[in-house]
Amino acid sequence: MKIGTAKQSYGADEAIFKTDTQRVWFAILLAILVLYPFIASGYWMFLAVLVMINIISTTGLNILTGYTGQVSLGHAAFMALGAYTVAFLDGRHDTPVLLNLVAAGSMAAAIGVLVGLPSLRIKGLYLAIATLAAAVILGFVFLNWTSVTGGIRGLNVPTAKIFGFELATAETLYWLVMPITVLAVLLARNLFRTRVGRAFIAIRDRDISAEIIGISLLQYKLTSFALSSFYAGVAGGLWAYLFRVVRPESFPAEASIFYLAAVIVGGAGTIIGGIFGATFMTLVPELLKLSAQLVTPWWPDASIYIAPIRLIVFGLLIVGFLIFEPMGLAEIWRRIRRFFALWPFRT
Amino acid sequence: MERWAQLDWIDLVETSLAGLGTGSLMALTGVAFVVIYKATRVINLAIGEMMMIGAFVFYGFAAGFQLPFWLALPLTLLVSAVVGGVIERTMIRPLLKDNPVSVFMVTIGLTSILIGMVELIWTAEPRRLPEFLPQAPIFIGEALVPAKTGYSFLIAAAGIAVMLLVFAFWRGGVALRATATDRAAASSVGINVPGVFAFSWMVAAMVAALAGVLVGSVGGISSSMGLFGLSVFVVVIVGGLDSIVGALIAGLFIGWLEAMVGRLFGGEFKLLATFSILLLVLVVRPYGLFGTHEIERL
Amino acid sequence: MRKEDTTARPVAARLEVENLSLQFGGVKALDGVSLDVAPGSITALIGPNGAGKTSAFNAISGFYKPKTGTVRLDGVDITAVPARSRAKLGLARTFQNIALFRGMTVLDNIKLGRHAHLKSNVLDALFYYGRARREEMQLREEIERDVIDFLELDHIRNVPVAILPYGLQKKVELARALAMRPRILMLDEPVAGMNREETEDMARAILDVRDEWGVTVLLVEHDMGMVMDISDHICVLNFGRRIAAGTPAEVRSNEDVIRAYLGSAAEAPRVEAA
Repeated sequence: MKIGTAKQSYGADEAIFKTDTQRVWFAILLAILVLYPFIASGYWMFLAVLVMINIISTTGLNILTGYTGQVSLGHAAFMALGAYTVAFLDGRHDTPVLLNLVAAGSMAAAIGVLVGLPSLRIKGLYLAIATLAAAVILGFVFLNWTSVTGGIRGLNVPTAKIFGFELATAETLYWLVMPITVLAVLLARNLFRTRVGRAFIAIRDRDISAEIIGISLLQYKLTSFALSSFYAGVAGGLWAYLFRVVRPESFPAEASIFYLAAVIVGGAGTIIGGIFGATFMTLVPELLKLSAQLVTPWWPDASIYIAPIRLIVFGLLIVGFLIFEPMGLAEIWRRIRRFFALWPFRT
Repeated sequence: MERWAQLDWIDLVETSLAGLGTGSLMALTGVAFVVIYKATRVINLAIGEMMMIGAFVFYGFAAGFQLPFWLALPLTLLVSAVVGGVIERTMIRPLLKDNPVSVFMVTIGLTSILIGMVELIWTAEPRRLPEFLPQAPIFIGEALVPAKTGYSFLIAAAGIAVMLLVFAFWRGGVALRATATDRAAASSVGINVPGVFAFSWMVAAMVAALAGVLVGSVGGISSSMGLFGLSVFVVVIVGGLDSIVGALIAGLFIGWLEAMVGRLFGGEFKLLATFSILLLVLVVRPYGLFGTHEIERL
Repeated sequence: MRKEDTTARPVAARLEVENLSLQFGGVKALDGVSLDVAPGSITALIGPNGAGKTSAFNAISGFYKPKTGTVRLDGVDITAVPARSRAKLGLARTFQNIALFRGMTVLDNIKLGRHAHLKSNVLDALFYYGRARREEMQLREEIERDVIDFLELDHIRNVPVAILPYGLQKKVELARALAMRPRILMLDEPVAGMNREETEDMARAILDVRDEWGVTVLLVEHDMGMVMDISDHICVLNFGRRIAAGTPAEVRSNEDVIRAYLGSAAEAPRVEAA
């Protein structure tokens, strides 16, 4: 059990990991991430990479929606932008992977700023509809700008090559995606230790008084849109390297709702919530598939019902968490930690 | 362009009439949306899916149980009202005191649940509704209007007229308007506010179901027909979220616009056109053409 | 006591409001109001409900665009300066209905007060390196020393604002305004809804702030006891016009003021408990 910690300086109090225990846990987590490929293979590696890509994207949406309070129904469109950018650059010009990813993020960020512009005049739900409109328009561009996007057939993506290594499989791609994910999450965490992050939260909580204390809504809303889309763009770029083909239907409207659900279920406005949410929501369909396989001997048609059941479960998760646990999995996690911090004494 | 080669006046008039037909259905669905928004300030993103549920329930009664139209439709409206009430009671009311964004997200979850349920029961296959409207085409001057389009326009118009009358004169409609203006005041003069909320969802579900049946009778039904709701959002935002008249006018306009754009440029440009209009309206006049402009209080 | 580093307290500002008019639709909220707030003074703006006090506040802080009139800070015309830029000029305000960021801790709320004075950008922030790190550390130190200690908020610094009692929330809002290093502090009903004890606590805090920080204070308040106790100068509004101004003693004996508050039924139907 642990009662409290005495800090010697404000610096220690402002650190990401405030106690030795936390630092140890983080080291253990990193060790697991490094060791994972040596114990897992095949499908489990694929899943791990997919989870991490979704963590990056969800963290991005969390910055915009969870922290800044601007609901976006078009997040997947920014992933698509990133994916197309990577496919275009690597496919046509054979540019280096890291450059492509930065370009994917920047491309998405630039369009993100454009889409964010209406947020200066319109708020909340109107803005959500505007992002939906932007996503529809982007989808139209992907489908019809055939010379660049390949139209309905889409674009094939070459294997990611980095320092002479071909990252053709999930096993190898892991070593690209994992460090980027860790970096993306840590950067996001840093953001909310500073004035920029505080400004985001202030805009979410009360935009009028944010303005009175000197926060430029224009600057920070657009910054939030840019960052969020940058994350989505990078995630989309990695997605392209994983699936090796990008089509207009690769990122449908439901994908945007998937990320929104991940933010809600994980816990809006907490970094760890984004991680939990993305992981959980990515694994739910897998769990459903697994249980369908288990019951197939008794119920041969089970696999037909996976798709609709998945939709229902998604919907119920969104609704259920909003009603019963609005702070999401992050809050459940906090309660568990609190329980063990005081264990064996009851609280 | 080849598309424009055989364009003549009759063609344009027929396209316009067809567009107004679709527009009337958008307007009707828009009215369902507005009723909910007026009473509860909830932006219901699942309006298209509520429409879809109505259409499938009707399909169940008319095709599944082989009931005649005059029986299937009232039963559909009844079931839809129950569904609307259940949604309000279980998902919306627990969150009404929270911020509007939560409720909005709940309706997103609701879309997913409704689509899943329809696919679970009826699969994702598109289906056709049994014919129940007269088949002879209507001629307006020389222009031909397909029978289904014409009759569904008339039914939709009747539906909207009923809603307008209800809001203007009937006691329940007045209570709804009072609640929309000021919840606390409405409750203090003895209006049962939770009752009004539930009632508005039930009415909206019935109106949406009627729209669903009509949309389905023209174009068939499928689990993705809720996408019709996308155009409906454009309609209600252009018209103003809390204005039935706005939904009516904007519905007809957007329906007409989509038809014309589809005819002149091709179907894939329809959504592009409507959503561009949407962005324009959002930026220039966010509260819509007929909506109430709410002044922000400190 | 004053140190000559970044913590040097700002110099009190003079605020001059001239001929301010404001209209909502057909309603005149303010009609040619003038007001002179001397540097380092505590000036109160009082008047019955609907007299236009909060409208005047909003116009001075740049939230409403006045129809006519000018607002000058130390002789500089700031009428056209947008609200968010006034923070940097040293104009800080609190709100009638507490306008804190409810999801954040007391400490973060107070830190936000200094937002306009900090410079680190997104890239600094993401990497928490160099400027961002330096600024954040310095900010934390200053706030702990100048604001949290000063207003005795040590025990609640990591508590989310939403769960604090009303009186403390008002105090945190004052703290946030102080963190803005104001030269003039505008308080909108700082003690509304407080009990006797909380009111006295807040009144003391306001006097301390003026004395120790040397800022000018302009406040709107209904609590006449408190206003008369701490104000140097009082300006009385009624129906959007200034009907009197002067020391507490002068105002108290002014005929127009008495009439406005007690009301001859026909003219001023709203009676305010003074």
